[in-house]
Amino acid sequence: MLAAGELSAVELMRAVIERTKDVDARVGAFNSFDEADALAQARACDERLARARAQGAAARARPLEGIPIGIKDVISVAGQPLTASSRMLAGFVSPYDATVTRKLKEAGAICWGRLNLDEFAMGSSTENSAFGTTSNPWALDRVPGGSSGGSAAAVAAGEAVAALGSDTGGSIRQPAALCSVVGLKPTYGRVSRYGLIAFASSLDQIGPFARSVDDAALVLGAISGHDRRDSTSVDLPVPDFTAGMAEQASGRKWRLGIPREYFGEGLDPEVGSAVEAAIDEYRGLGCEVLEVSLPHTKYAIGAYYIIATAECSSNLARYDGVRYGNRSKGTSDAIDIYFKSRAEGFGPEVKRRIILGTYVLSSGYYDAYYLRAQKVRTLIRRDFLEAFAHVDAIVTPTSPTAAFRKGEKAADPLAMYLNDIYTIGVNLAGLPGISIPCGFTRGGLPIGLQVIGQPFKETELLAVAGAYERRTDWGRRRPRL
Amino acid sequence: MPQPVDIKLDHVANLARLDLTPEEKARFATQLGDVLAYVALLNEVDVSGVEPTAHAFPVVNVWAEDVPEAGLSPEDALRNAPEKRDNMFVVPKVVE
Repeated sequence: MLAAGELSAVELMRAVIERTKDVDARVGAFNSFDEADALAQARACDERLARARAQGAAARARPLEGIPIGIKDVISVAGQPLTASSRMLAGFVSPYDATVTRKLKEAGAICWGRLNLDEFAMGSSTENSAFGTTSNPWALDRVPGGSSGGSAAAVAAGEAVAALGSDTGGSIRQPAALCSVVGLKPTYGRVSRYGLIAFASSLDQIGPFARSVDDAALVLGAISGHDRRDSTSVDLPVPDFTAGMAEQASGRKWRLGIPREYFGEGLDPEVGSAVEAAIDEYRGLGCEVLEVSLPHTKYAIGAYYIIATAECSSNLARYDGVRYGNRSKGTSDAIDIYFKSRAEGFGPEVKRRIILGTYVLSSGYYDAYYLRAQKVRTLIRRDFLEAFAHVDAIVTPTSPTAAFRKGEKAADPLAMYLNDIYTIGVNLAGLPGISIPCGFTRGGLPIGLQVIGQPFKETELLAVAGAYERRTDWGRRRPRL
Repeated sequence: MPQPVDIKLDHVANLARLDLTPEEKARFATQLGDVLAYVALLNEVDVSGVEPTAHAFPVVNVWAEDVPEAGLSPEDALRNAPEKRDNMFVVPKVVE
């Protein structure tokens, strides 16, 4: 529609702004947005589209021309605030674009707003934000999941066409499941993290939220690729995910693995039956469904909370109150600046993780905790690779329960951590994973299906997800707001 | 439930350069003790002969050409500084 000139980018942007103004007082997905900047970006899109039409080249419009894409407030957009939903970074303005931001702009997208999250991406409910909680658009008294809760809620509520989030232990897939949108964590190394605020560097990946698998593929294509500014980004060609999906969709019968460890204790029966029904759909498509075993699953959360907190304690050492970020007033000496600026700037969950991470790295405990966790990580990764010797993809629930009530787990960090049981292994193994809508509870809360793919085989992952999506209408339902 | 683990909060908070209030110390001691008791589960795994994984896809020594390029201007680099003067970050006096 945009390429044909039936709708202008400015009209689309205005509609998204109006929608956001209408619903965000209730949803709270945005930390901030810059209306004038978004409209200026939209006008630039319209000028490019008009030029392309004049040259008869409208068909070659940029892949995301004029599409408003919300940005999680841990990803730099030059000239815009960057807070990580932390008091530590209140008032911080990004001096440069993240690589994903630059790529989105080059693809014609409009970078739209700053989306709420758990402070420094640490949490599973977006309740750890210093700037207020985000509500689940399907049930405003419930959490949207986290840490990318603002991204998921904005896409679900129609406040953005798509969004970027980051996923360290499930922070894209779990909120996508709880808000009934598509959320994709790419293979570790597929997308550059340059300009992403680091939480746990061996686990963090940026990925898209969208209303359909096709849209997610389009955004993934725009942001993927090697970047010399992120030494962990992998120098592999970026396939045309959209074309590859279409190719695979024609008559491909996948072998799908169902890990028995993901269907045991703790799985809500309503979530379990929705996922079983989705697996039956795959059988109906002619896919072979095999039981597989990931025997080290029960150690994944323990290993994750050692590795992730260790890396966080190191990454967050940079917030020292000297060059940027909160500096405590009334400090007398340089060392005192560190202690007081950090005490004032960080919220409780961030402090807990810094303490835990410092402890597991401290002298005398390193081998017992950090080194052991890294060895267990090897075994977890091996489990997945052995399963992939027999199957093309693995199908699981994304989250053991649907959205929980605000405040329900806030006082018990361990209960909150256990919520990530089905998503964390994927990060430890560096695999791509996607959550797609697969139903609703009797109470009307969304349920997500997770598909886990092989390293750098996002095309196949998207094709498997898309095959289910086409047989159902879960993803087309919208919350009443 | 296994016994909560003593996390030696004063020592660790000092290493982390993080002031904690007495209330935070009390709360974190319990909460993190529970988390550490939970992760003790890892002790039952036989990890003998297993190599540690630091990154899922190991990368080593990624070199860049040593070529100067434009970076942030001093103004941009200092834009978020809590205190600045003459293109410098200001900190309290470190030496007498």
